[in-house]
Amino acid sequence: MTLQTTSHTFLGMPPFPEAARAALANTQQRRNLAHATATIRGKRALVVGEVERWEELRVAGADAKDEALHHLPHYLEQLEENLTARGATVHWARDAEEANRIVVDLVRATGSDEVVKVKSMATQEIELNEALEAAGISAWETDLAELIVQLGHDRPSHILVPAIHRNRAEIREIFLREMGTVGRAAPEDLTSEPARLAEAARLHLREKFLRARVAVSGANFAIADTGTLVVVESEGNGRMCLTLPQTLISVVGVEKVLPTFADLGTMMQLLPRSSTGERMNPYTSMWTGVHEGDGPQDVHVVLLDNGRSAVLEDELGRQALRCIRCSACLNVCPVYERTGGHAYGSVYPGPIGAVLNPQLRGTSSPIDKSLPYASSLCGACFEACPVRIDIPALLVDLRTKVVDEASGRSPEAASMRATAWMFGDHRRLEAAQRASTLAGRLLGGRSLRSIPGLGAWTQARDVPNPPRETFRQWWARTHGDDEEAGS
Amino acid sequence: MTTGPTVALFATCFNDTMWPDAPRAVVTLLERLGCRVVFPREQTCCGQMFTNTGYADEAVPLVRRFVDVLGGYDHVVAPSGSCVGSVREQHPWLARRAGDEGLATASEDVGTRVHELSEFLVDVLGVTDVGASFPHRVTYHPTCHSLRMLHVGDKPLRLLREVRGIDLVDLPAATECCGFGGTFAVKNADTSIAMGADKARHVRDTGAEVLVAGDNSCLAHIGGMLRRQRAGVRIMHLAEVLASTEGAR
Repeated sequence: MTLQTTSHTFLGMPPFPEAARAALANTQQRRNLAHATATIRGKRALVVGEVERWEELRVAGADAKDEALHHLPHYLEQLEENLTARGATVHWARDAEEANRIVVDLVRATGSDEVVKVKSMATQEIELNEALEAAGISAWETDLAELIVQLGHDRPSHILVPAIHRNRAEIREIFLREMGTVGRAAPEDLTSEPARLAEAARLHLREKFLRARVAVSGANFAIADTGTLVVVESEGNGRMCLTLPQTLISVVGVEKVLPTFADLGTMMQLLPRSSTGERMNPYTSMWTGVHEGDGPQDVHVVLLDNGRSAVLEDELGRQALRCIRCSACLNVCPVYERTGGHAYGSVYPGPIGAVLNPQLRGTSSPIDKSLPYASSLCGACFEACPVRIDIPALLVDLRTKVVDEASGRSPEAASMRATAWMFGDHRRLEAAQRASTLAGRLLGGRSLRSIPGLGAWTQARDVPNPPRETFRQWWARTHGDDEEAGS
Repeated sequence: MTTGPTVALFATCFNDTMWPDAPRAVVTLLERLGCRVVFPREQTCCGQMFTNTGYADEAVPLVRRFVDVLGGYDHVVAPSGSCVGSVREQHPWLARRAGDEGLATASEDVGTRVHELSEFLVDVLGVTDVGASFPHRVTYHPTCHSLRMLHVGDKPLRLLREVRGIDLVDLPAATECCGFGGTFAVKNADTSIAMGADKARHVRDTGAEVLVAGDNSCLAHIGGMLRRQRAGVRIMHLAEVLASTEGAR
């Protein structure tokens, strides 16, 4: 059997502005994304708008996640206890390497050289597919969009719709070219009709579903008081993986824990509406340990930290761990819509990625240093977030971390200090303004097309001429030098 | 005829230095509505540029200055949603981050009395007809911070609808960010320009002669683009339209 070779990783990505420049020039991707995000935005707005008490639901969702996060050790131990009592085996992984080793060992122990995969962000984050391949184990993505990405030797560009940057014609080409190399080939007369594409994927995947003895999944929620794992999906391919194989290994970020089964009710009202813009998603699978003679008989759960504990220590930043990976923030983000997800250099793109990546990976690499700045702070993400993560505030906080780590050694820091000194006293500001109004008078009606050092501004925008008189000069002239208006 | 409240004008550094017509229009407008306007000269800047670029330490003295200079007034009005948003949302955070709980409490207190122009007119003065006249085709861009930080809602539009002679047309995709974003406009210039290009296109599609907004920073970006395109659309601050008596009988 051919060994699946998965996508390229995001290692060594350039800083966001550089990656974005290239992405902005990709006209096909721009068009695909503008169309796709506008469609999802419209659907979401409709189904969120019909919920009268949406704001109360958001608060309840945030509260449930905060309760779990603020007492995380307690709920994780409860989860482990309930999982173990119901026949599952719980493993703890500090980081990606440990998690990958655990999964590889578990698959090897079954004697299988392949796994079918349920769409999972946690396993993307730890690059499990690459680790499995290195161990000679093929990992077959079964989510339609993940399959498109994997077959295309591509990288995911969206949390919910990893192939959002592709259109139907491109998908047809990928299927025709690649399916036959790793399994059942696509029919030669394949068209780009959605139904035909879905049929080709169904036939290709069915072969793998019926053969596979091991499945790997993540989980949307892990419920502490029952030991139940939950996967929320649209296609039913996840359910095939969760029910057919003998062995099921789920890699679950520790922040996925929910205190009670009742909290799931809140989340199920928030997630599908925010994510796909549906009142309810087609398939929600829940499993609680092992059920004799029904479903996988060998059930493992790998609880993954991979930087999350460190985020939890940050009083402001830890609200990012509430994230339920719905993608609403991506779909409403004007930056994401134009640059696409690859520019963010991670499986977590968009506004939440601009927060999570520097939080989880630190701010030492060029891409992670640049991500907190990859936002105009327009606030559309916070408004759309179903668990009320104040993404703009977190971005600003991360920016201070980036600046503090640079210890003031940059031309920008020097100029910021100088400007702050000027604003420290109104007389200094007034002195600077005299220079500016002099320039304004010298320029007269002529307009500025370029100013040295301001190229980033003037490449597409004219510069306003400074006025001949500032406001405070006018005030002094018309209202007297004292601060108040004549009554 | 100062029958109304005393209002301290926070001109904001950007308007003071580059766009003095906006704070001047606030003075004209508020005096016309019977307010007594004062301009405490010691004011400088709210510090937003420092805060949003990551230079929180540089912004803290400006938080203190804001409280010292403007904290004593019952009403502070600024012609900028963005700067008011920074004062209300960021000043307490900056003070707490610097370990100054006293300043944090003081800035929270001041924040309740600082208003963006349209908020002050509609919520405090209780007026929507400010006696303005402006016989031009106008479209209005709701800036992100006034919309999603201050939640001014349709207050600016309610004020504009009462202006005599105005031909107010809806801006398509109005609530989408123009791409200015402070230092974002230069740090991520390509993305900023891509966003601005779409905003400028929507503005041109309205056939408006004047683009109005409550923030001159966003207007400098969109307007700079429209001017580069020789689009035949000029920019005006909301305050200037509301202060206008052009064509009034």
